[in-house]
Amino acid sequence: MTIVKNRLFWPVAILVALLIVNLFTSNQFITLQDGHLFGALIDILRGSAPLILVALGMTLVISTGGIDLSVGSVMAISGAVACLLIKDLGDQNATGSVLLIMGVAIAVSAALGLWNGSLVAVVGIQPIIATLILMVAGRGLAQLVTDGQIINVQSSPYATVATGFFLTLPVAFLIAMAAVALILVLTRRTALGLLLESVGGSPSASRLAGIRAKRITVMVYVVSGAFAGLAGLIYSANIKSADSIAAGNLIELDAILAVVIGGTALIGGRFSIAGTVVGAILIQTLQVTVVSIGVPSKATLLFKAVVVVVLCLSQSATFREKVFGRFKLRSEVPA
Amino acid sequence: MGEPATDPVLEMTGIRKVFPGVVALDGVDFRLYPGEVHALMGENGAGKSTLIKVLTGVYEIDGGDIRLGGEQVRIAGPLAAQKAGISTVYQEVNLCTNLTVAENIFIGREPRAFGKIRWGVMRKRAAELLKRLDLDLDVSAPLSTYSLAIQQMVAIARAVDISARVLILDEPTSSLDASEVEQLFRVMRRLKDDGVAILFVSHFLDQIYEISDRLTVLRNGQLIGEYRTAELPQVQLVEKMIGKELATLESLEDKAQRSRTRSATAAPILQAKGIGRTGAIAPFDLTIHEGEVVGLAGLLGSGRTELARLLFGADKADQGELSIDGKPVTLRDPQMAMKRGIAFSSENRRTEGIIGDLSVRENIILALQAARGWTRPIPRRKQDEIVDKYVKALSIRPADPERPVRNLSGGNQQKVLLARWLITEPRLLIIDEPTRGIDVGAKAEIQKLVAELSDGGMAVLFVSAELEEVLRLSHKIAVLRDRRLVEELDNTAGVDADRIMQTIASGATS
Repeated sequence: MTIVKNRLFWPVAILVALLIVNLFTSNQFITLQDGHLFGALIDILRGSAPLILVALGMTLVISTGGIDLSVGSVMAISGAVACLLIKDLGDQNATGSVLLIMGVAIAVSAALGLWNGSLVAVVGIQPIIATLILMVAGRGLAQLVTDGQIINVQSSPYATVATGFFLTLPVAFLIAMAAVALILVLTRRTALGLLLESVGGSPSASRLAGIRAKRITVMVYVVSGAFAGLAGLIYSANIKSADSIAAGNLIELDAILAVVIGGTALIGGRFSIAGTVVGAILIQTLQVTVVSIGVPSKATLLFKAVVVVVLCLSQSATFREKVFGRFKLRSEVPA
Repeated sequence: MGEPATDPVLEMTGIRKVFPGVVALDGVDFRLYPGEVHALMGENGAGKSTLIKVLTGVYEIDGGDIRLGGEQVRIAGPLAAQKAGISTVYQEVNLCTNLTVAENIFIGREPRAFGKIRWGVMRKRAAELLKRLDLDLDVSAPLSTYSLAIQQMVAIARAVDISARVLILDEPTSSLDASEVEQLFRVMRRLKDDGVAILFVSHFLDQIYEISDRLTVLRNGQLIGEYRTAELPQVQLVEKMIGKELATLESLEDKAQRSRTRSATAAPILQAKGIGRTGAIAPFDLTIHEGEVVGLAGLLGSGRTELARLLFGADKADQGELSIDGKPVTLRDPQMAMKRGIAFSSENRRTEGIIGDLSVRENIILALQAARGWTRPIPRRKQDEIVDKYVKALSIRPADPERPVRNLSGGNQQKVLLARWLITEPRLLIIDEPTRGIDVGAKAEIQKLVAELSDGGMAVLFVSAELEEVLRLSHKIAVLRDRRLVEELDNTAGVDADRIMQTIASGATS
């Protein structure tokens, strides 16, 4: 009973159910091949990396009561910056230079996050509007960087980020897990998590408790920007090019969904990193499943919507009460 | 336990309500007769709020039955309660201040013709209704143009217009000043004469004795008894509520008397010279010494809170000089004040105090953690140690540190806030209305605590609307009027409530 009541029970149950469907529909679910793991499950883990990264940042932003709509655009900018710089390298396979360039792209993304955070915390613009600015302008910025072209690169160290394997696991997934670990340590081993939840719960009370709420708010947008930048690199490394239009298109919505599925309320306050990871993997699995069970492409969005509705209903206390409540025994009434 | 000749309009018997781990109501009986004001008394956590929520359909009962006008009823929700003739007005007014008075009264049930709202009729009926309560308001003005007291009366007008059998007033007076309370009582008496049964909750004993006919006392979810107010002396009432002798309260009285003479050698902690903020508080001078309790007295809106906020950096002063330990400082934000040993507990417990979603433990350590910065978390074992100590020392109930603070009663939330600041070991504690809306027991405990802290050398700036309290605790009293500090006087033998009232009334500087 207590397991069922856990807020992650239903997301995990649906995730497991989807994975079981994949177990039967995919040719190979998981096998060892060419010295690394291979199969539908591994594809899911690899493919979910960008979403996990974006959703992680989104979780922190949402915990402060904000939202970051610009993540998709930041992904596009990050990929564009990286590809532009790599293309100009004398040797595109120079690992050191590629790593440096990736660092630059992430720094640019963090700076964009700083812009968002400053608009929200210092200027006092509502988060949804503040980040909408960059959401719209960002794609234009990315197109300026790439001069409206799709920039192709032939860099194997860069490609490794998305398609490589390390210790039999996809590098992209390992990067995402490292980010999860980093955030878990930052929020749960330091007092950052408490301060975040406090700022999200009540900014004015937090300020009077001596918390410098503005700094914390700026910081979460910076983290969100940096993680979106990293996700943008994985996305662009995967297709070995910078596509300013398609990169991270609508990912902000999937990320918000992942956060909500994970049990973090949109109004801010309490947040769950583990929940967000489950949510992100669930969404990715759903996307893969839609293809693997042969839902016609015209109906995939609808199918996805249905699963999401079921999931949200399963998490709604009111709905559960209505459906299951009547079977519950009434508590003892002494005379 | 005499009772009126008529039958009760509301009769609750053997009401039981259980929450996980807590029996909130354990076989409670409650009767309400038409045309009476019946006070529901009890400490925080005694079950008053639960009983009211049962009546208003917020909670379903686990046992017992409710009869309205002799018929057994099941109150399934707030709408059902309203239909059954039970209306409630809460401490915090649940109206839309941006709408007009008339709109607020008729919201959701506007007089219509062919789907169109008949504004004229609505305004006329609103004016008539208010006139019946002796209120002369501009019904087409936004509600926000009126004081909180008037807003509350508009809420009452709305409530009685919807259904007029039982009216529940849950701490309606806690943020009203004396004349506003009088106005409210006039309205209550009028309704009583019309046969409305009024259930009244207030923490002010004087008000209970002024307005109520009978009272019911609850303690720890159990019924202690039902009495005629006139036949139950105050002291006995308090004893029944807290279930122990009044020794605590009285010893406090002695203590405060003893310690009123502050040591003359104490060093000043904080000195304000001409500190002010345009539109909030006129420039004032104030010095606070070690171990001194400075009381701020004045009416609601006299600038008490504004003054306190400047000394904590919650608002920035735009003129004057402030020095702490003799060193001049400009407080730009609360953390700067905290670093210099100042703590501030706001009067708005819910919006500027507690973080409702967080646990008692997290709320308590919050300020200390903020002072240490996020990179230096307080080890969990240390947290538990501190929190346990203060939960015990301040008898915070329920004594479960992991419970969300939102679920605690007002008095216990206040204690959590005090604990939050005490663990930062401040040298100057600024507390704004710490005893508002909490029961006598908790009130006495908090007053006792303030006296003890001051004896231990902590300076306290104590802001309260209750003169008695200010007089009992303070060494020095600063009186405010119209956003101006008008007088500062030592709390010596000659100073009493009348003396301060005079200053408040006349604004004279002697």
